[in-house]
Amino acid sequence: MNERLFGIHGAALTLRSERMGVIASNIANAATPGYKARDIDFNAALEARLARARGAMPADPQAGMVWRAPTMPSLDGNTVELAREQVAFAENAVAYSATLSFVQGKVNTITRALKGE
Amino acid sequence: MPDRTPMTLFSMTTRAMSAQMVRMNAATSNLANAGSVSSTEAGAYRPIRAVFATELDRASGLAGVTTGGLVRAETAPTRRHDPSHPLADRDGFVFEAPVDETAEMVEIMESARQYQNLVQALQTAKQLMLETLRSQ
Repeated sequence: MNERLFGIHGAALTLRSERMGVIASNIANAATPGYKARDIDFNAALEARLARARGAMPADPQAGMVWRAPTMPSLDGNTVELAREQVAFAENAVAYSATLSFVQGKVNTITRALKGE
Repeated sequence: MPDRTPMTLFSMTTRAMSAQMVRMNAATSNLANAGSVSSTEAGAYRPIRAVFATELDRASGLAGVTTGGLVRAETAPTRRHDPSHPLADRDGFVFEAPVDETAEMVEIMESARQYQNLVQALQTAKQLMLETLRSQ
């Protein structure tokens, strides 16, 4: 039902919100020795979500989770690069806004149809 | 683990910000004690450092940060010959705290930048959450 109404945007919005959390975790751990920065491969993760929604094999929740390859690994084993995290966070925030407006548009369409305007 | 409420973006950022605060306070204490002298080698001030550790919340996939505690640096204090100093020992030596002011300043600056970054990220996330809430 959810998928028929919102298309891929419902799953995409959840995923964008999760990715925001993952990138915020990287930013929070910018000074933790040995911390390995993570990211979500959006395409792969969305594919897994949609497959699960269609009732295919239960995909593992970690699908699409990738480690970030550092440009220059630091001595303490930390692979967070603040500049890259900032850019990824900004990009994700914009994409979140876009997906949100798609969802809003869908809701508006349905509401109008129900009201019969 | 004392509290088992699920980690949210807000609680995670709060903890990370307090961790940065501990780190900044440690560096500031070191700066404040730079140049302090003692009459014994054991009594000299040793710089302190905050040690960070990741705490992974499996339920939400968020990774917060905690301060695992403070460690004292093992650097030996500088021995300086200064017989006229009131704290000089029998041979006329005083022991000066081995604080590297430049390194501490850099530590404070880095910490401030990361703190700022956290605040920015939280602001953006909060704004997006509010937009989501307000949409009909």
